Amino acid sequence: MSIDLETAAKVAKLARIKVEDDALPALADEFNTILGFIEQLNEVDVDGVEPMTSVTPQRLKRREDVVTDGHMPEKILSNAPDAREGFFAVPKVME
Amino acid sequence: MLDLTYETPKPKVIAGAKHDWELVIGMEVHAQVASNAKLFSGASTRFGAEPNSNVAFVDAAMPGMLPVINDFCVAQAVRTGLGLKAEINLWSAFDRKNYFYPDLPQGYQISQLYHPIVGEGEILVDMAPGVARKVRIERIHLEQDAGKSIHDMDPAMSFVDLNRTGVALMEIVSRPDIRGPEEAAAYVTKLRQILRYLGTCDGNMQNGNLRADVNISICRPGDYEKYQETQDFSHLGTRCEIKNMNSMRFIQQAIEYEARRQIAIVEAGGEVVQETRLYDPEKGETRSMRSKEEAHDYRYFPDPDLLPLEIEQAWVDDIAASLPELPDEKKARFVTEMGLSEYDAGVLTAEVANADYFEQVAEGRDGKMAANWVINELFGRLKKDDKDITDSPVSPGQLGGIIDLIAKGDISGKIAKDLFEIVYTEGGDPARIVEDRGMKQVTDTGAIEAAVDQIIADNPAQVEKAKVNPKLAGWFVGQVMKATGGKANPKAVNDIVQAKLGL
Repeated sequence: MSIDLETAAKVAKLARIKVEDDALPALADEFNTILGFIEQLNEVDVDGVEPMTSVTPQRLKRREDVVTDGHMPEKILSNAPDAREGFFAVPKVME
Repeated sequence: MLDLTYETPKPKVIAGAKHDWELVIGMEVHAQVASNAKLFSGASTRFGAEPNSNVAFVDAAMPGMLPVINDFCVAQAVRTGLGLKAEINLWSAFDRKNYFYPDLPQGYQISQLYHPIVGEGEILVDMAPGVARKVRIERIHLEQDAGKSIHDMDPAMSFVDLNRTGVALMEIVSRPDIRGPEEAAAYVTKLRQILRYLGTCDGNMQNGNLRADVNISICRPGDYEKYQETQDFSHLGTRCEIKNMNSMRFIQQAIEYEARRQIAIVEAGGEVVQETRLYDPEKGETRSMRSKEEAHDYRYFPDPDLLPLEIEQAWVDDIAASLPELPDEKKARFVTEMGLSEYDAGVLTAEVANADYFEQVAEGRDGKMAANWVINELFGRLKKDDKDITDSPVSPGQLGGIIDLIAKGDISGKIAKDLFEIVYTEGGDPARIVEDRGMKQVTDTGAIEAAVDQIIADNPAQVEKAKVNPKLAGWFVGQVMKATGGKANPKAVNDIVQAKLGL
């Protein structure tokens, strides 16, 4: 698989990262290098090998269904570029 | 377990300009898990709180914050799976579904694409007594809800409230086994009923706690059967998905509209484009959500913040042992053991609170009579006052007491209705009210005879007519009932009137 300029531009757009047109060839090259490495990894036969999900033998931690957090709208909003009447205010998005 | 027999309903057929068409519908229902705290944070799930007050730093996606799963939400998903007779996956995992929207601070939703917690199950969708459709469930997975955007508070800005962000949802995905708009609404109704019995979702559609995405395609009669035989989707048309509907009425209207739209396209020689659409209830039409199309590239990958979710069979067994009697079983028991009609059993089991109330009334009494009183008198009266069974001024004990008085012959059916109204509005013990207010049925034949004699003496002309036309005896019975304030035993009155008139 090879990444062309159009695909590179699409990936950038999906990630909401602005990439100027003249930077796209370099980006596509980088993607291709990464994919090349992945393809190399794909050569390893992993049939019947369970994917490793953790390097230590531990299980997913769980919490009890108890309300222990929240009630701090001012802290939640404190980094917002714009907040009004307790809400985050963002440029209009309409479906 | 008891099972009622049923027939499969006929699919809805829509006549196009050229020929007939059938619908094929699959649904994805998002049901908010009933829990105190969110799926991955300790913030509250309470509806209607001040904006952004039920938000933890995890929900706001502050850097460095890590999700920790709520054990109870997992149990609720398992419970739901068991209630839908589904397989429970002891090993499941979470994935990130990536997209950008202001009410999704993480930039991804944590969901379960590849390894859902619940696998295949089924729901029996009741259409009418003796008619039901078995709809297969493909899967149920756990995922996070997004926040809420408000667009009408400012002309240039959207306002975002993250209270809902991270609340646990169960996405319940059906196979395309639903064959018409009514079936789709009945499917949601039945699913909602089961969830409420299980206590895993409150089913409040108005608050958006239960909402449905509907996938619709059309096919020619006969094609659907080919699909069912082979499970090959190529026999079906291209589907469109209508997003986010939270009313049974809108679901039906949207399906109806969408089917006709697709039929018109295909009959004009065009092709249906697979896309996401929105239903506009004001215009009564669906329209394309073009903006969603590109964002559909969700770039799912396993969430590196969360280890796989492993649960024990013993834990699942404990949950299974705690399941309540579910609607189908309860209904079947009411029919087979208590002698109710399937219709009445269906009405009584619609809400578990109604069924519980009925069972308390029926305890040690005639089931049919109890059902009649609960459905016709109590439900009718509550509906008039817009009240729920939980606010009923008449307790099951009081209603049972009224029924006992009828069964003993102390009061007539007509007086019983008056008594019910008194108990409903004033309260009190039915037997005592009957005693105190002299409502007891007169079975003393002497008193009834005296009343009959009086009416006969007062109405010689009617007596003559009745001798020619015996049907007029009914008029005398009515007069006697009136004279005794409805307290005379109607059968005794009838016998005495017949005898005295020499009929």
